[in-house]
Amino acid sequence: MPPPVLDVRALSVQFETNEGPLRVLRDVSLQVAPGETFGLAGESGSGKTTLGYTILQALAPTARVTGGAILFEGRDLLGVSEDELRRIRGRRIAMVYQDPRSALNPTTRIGAQIAEVLEIHERAPARAAGRRAQELLELVNIADPASVARRYPHELSGGMQQRAVIAMALAGGPSLLILDEPTTGLDVTTQARILELVADLKRRVGAAILYISHDLAVIAQVADRVGVLYAGELVEVGPTADLFAQPVHPYTRGLLDALPHLDGLRGLVPIEGRIPRLTDLPPGCVFAPRCDFVAPACTAATPALETVAPERRARCVRWPTVLATPRRSTAAAIAPETVASDAPLLAFEHVSKYFGGAGAVARWLGIGAPPVRAVDDVSFDVRADEVVALVGESGCGKTTLGRLAVRLLRPTAGRVRFAAPKPTDAQIVFQHPDSSLNPMKRIGPSLARPLVLRGLRRRERGRRVRELLEAVRLDPDYGARRPAALSGGEKQRVAIARALAMAPQFVVLDEPVSALDVSTQASIIRLLAELRRTLGASYLMISHDLSLVRHVAARVGVMYLGRLVEIGAVDEVFRAPSHPYTRALRSAVPRPDPAVPGRPIRLEGSVPSAQHPPAGCRFHTRCPQKIGRVCEEAEPPWARASPTHWIACHIPIAELSRSSEEARP
Amino acid sequence: MSSLSPTLGVGGAILALVLAMSLAAPWIAPYPTTEQHMLERLKPPGARFLLGTDQYGRDLLSRTLFGARPALGLGLGAVALGLALGVPIGLTAGYVGGRLDDLVMRVVDAMLAFPSLLLALLIITALGASTGHALLAIGVANGPGIARIVRSATLALREAEFVLAARARGERHLYVMFGEIFPNVLAPVIVEATLRIGFAILAGASLSFLGLGVQPPAADWGLMIREARQYVFLSPWPLLAPGTALAFTIVAFNLFGDGLRDRLGAT
Repeated sequence: MPPPVLDVRALSVQFETNEGPLRVLRDVSLQVAPGETFGLAGESGSGKTTLGYTILQALAPTARVTGGAILFEGRDLLGVSEDELRRIRGRRIAMVYQDPRSALNPTTRIGAQIAEVLEIHERAPARAAGRRAQELLELVNIADPASVARRYPHELSGGMQQRAVIAMALAGGPSLLILDEPTTGLDVTTQARILELVADLKRRVGAAILYISHDLAVIAQVADRVGVLYAGELVEVGPTADLFAQPVHPYTRGLLDALPHLDGLRGLVPIEGRIPRLTDLPPGCVFAPRCDFVAPACTAATPALETVAPERRARCVRWPTVLATPRRSTAAAIAPETVASDAPLLAFEHVSKYFGGAGAVARWLGIGAPPVRAVDDVSFDVRADEVVALVGESGCGKTTLGRLAVRLLRPTAGRVRFAAPKPTDAQIVFQHPDSSLNPMKRIGPSLARPLVLRGLRRRERGRRVRELLEAVRLDPDYGARRPAALSGGEKQRVAIARALAMAPQFVVLDEPVSALDVSTQASIIRLLAELRRTLGASYLMISHDLSLVRHVAARVGVMYLGRLVEIGAVDEVFRAPSHPYTRALRSAVPRPDPAVPGRPIRLEGSVPSAQHPPAGCRFHTRCPQKIGRVCEEAEPPWARASPTHWIACHIPIAELSRSSEEARP
Repeated sequence: MSSLSPTLGVGGAILALVLAMSLAAPWIAPYPTTEQHMLERLKPPGARFLLGTDQYGRDLLSRTLFGARPALGLGLGAVALGLALGVPIGLTAGYVGGRLDDLVMRVVDAMLAFPSLLLALLIITALGASTGHALLAIGVANGPGIARIVRSATLALREAEFVLAARARGERHLYVMFGEIFPNVLAPVIVEATLRIGFAILAGASLSFLGLGVQPPAADWGLMIREARQYVFLSPWPLLAPGTALAFTIVAFNLFGDGLRDRLGAT
């Protein structure tokens, strides 16, 4: 094996805060060889982003390296001068961050931005730099580099922007490329193409890649070796295939068991407890307070990173026992029985919602912008005691539909029929735990307010608030706390409790766990399923995560650009026949299994504007199965694949069943 | 967080001093404010009159101490009135949005386009010169600026998920505005109000200086400066005493407001 490009040795970093030092990284060692992709996985608070910044020597002023070395091509970066660092950064080491919009200068054309890097680092003459910029854009699979080079960042889709950022990172010909959550803000079909690109780059460029992500499924697809970071310590490291097949550290096992699988059978086993405070670390193993295998030896001393197999190391004293214990990989069923009553509880009848657009006078004059068609003629219903999920990528209208269901928006056309006695019997739980709770109110009053509306007396309210907190597995003393003192998962529990306080018959769950860590996700999903059973309510769950939906929904609707394109029982939507878009979406979901490499169906171009949606079938501009003029001209009819399964496509059902044979669970 | 920033500390100390002066004036002032010592007019500071006397032989120290009362009263009162007008208008415009927001904000813009002193002059010309009318005029002139701050803060919270959740459970709009949104716009409003008190005191003094605010023979800094103007070459003390007090008070409110802004993290 060639000498590593990056060799991090026993690195420790701490932040100075008023509450004492925050030991963000402790004794972290890892190596990345040329042409190798090292995946660094960790949840929030694990220190994975700090590691990236430390390598670039771009830490905040309050941070301090307290030990260790960072050898880059044999030299310790901690010892080199500022001048030398400037020559290394951006040229020998390049970094790509999560949000491409903030990495690109909005006032400069893409080509000029890349050329600038070349002019600074290579002292290339302007014309040569311009040519090279286009070559780099081609290298990151941009089909029309000359035209893209002339565009401004805002004229590109998120995926294209991220490609441009990667092209810029490659401009200096780096021997180390650090990718920090490069696909986290992107849609799943766009993500699939970026992951493809990362795999390509390894072959074409030969750089060492450090790929940082919270998403184990993504890491399984791109990395050769994986390191798992927990609360600032590397707990396990090893080759990707071995580590995913047989995780050694209990935390790694927990993470893998918590992931929802696209087959709907495995996963969603929560890790109880929460990550320790870095100011107040537990004695011994940091994972001991949450570990199922904990023994007295665990809390006695911090375990060393032991070699457990060739090329595999784990920081666990009980690893032989862990390996001998079978994994709890089968989840208890949490999907509700598919049989629900026939009566629709909430029905969308040809519902449309348009936003903005010119006023009547401007329209009459033929000037002014058309409205954004967020939702366009959607009909379906949710029956009593049923869980229906809506999936689709950003901008498909699923969130708007959820808000229409709880009357936060009024439809432009059509109607939403709700068969419950009170309109407030429909409630909603939102995506962002930080914005869901009023930061100025303590938890108790936040939960008591819905009870005031329901006319409960003061004493009953106090009792009920305690019951609600218990129902979402929080201590009753949380009532006196402020939202800022709660973790993301705890805030989301309170938001759920607040919706339940209205005793709803119908709850919209708008991406209820997408902002949460994997280990927390699983427990929230289980809680929601359990509450539904005791409440007897219906859920409309809105999500971009197909694997998750598979676990929780009885029926699934797929949306694209304001339209419903397919709806059916969950098992029907996850196998043939499928709408071509559903197929592409399903194939793009990365699997947390390196043995099953993704074979995503490529969708060309980007999602068209909802202001000027394509005529005929909305999907025809990107459809890999387009059959001809009919797709461009005629609205696709709804075809019945089974009594519960409907697909809006011009292709006959029989044909769709044949073309989807590759769709595996 | 725990340490006191210098701006907040210095500003707060001066404000505490000014407040103490105005409250304790009846006990610490050596003479009644209107008592004239006809033989000792325009005296420089000395043992009998610590800051000297004015053209009627009135004690400048006593008058400066008592002068803090109308200044603070007018500053606080006018800003309170400005808040009473601006907060509901800004909350409503930001929360309701659409046409109402457009309409209200154009009116606010029109009022902001007027120099506020001119606006105050207009109101006083219509109503007549008096302390009460000066307060009313400055208060009204402060309304639009406060409304704009509150409106932009409200706009940012209108689609916040906790606000949507309140609407989904059927809360009345008044509750959503005052119970959910208002506590979250409080921090920028407090900062803005503190900064505005300084300007309101200055505006009040300006009106008195023009003879349109506090009327003689009351002790008021603006009025004292007006009266001292003609004698400035005979004795600078009748001008310096209230002028310095006024300057320090205004600077103190500005320091305090800036310090609060840093502390509360408001913009």
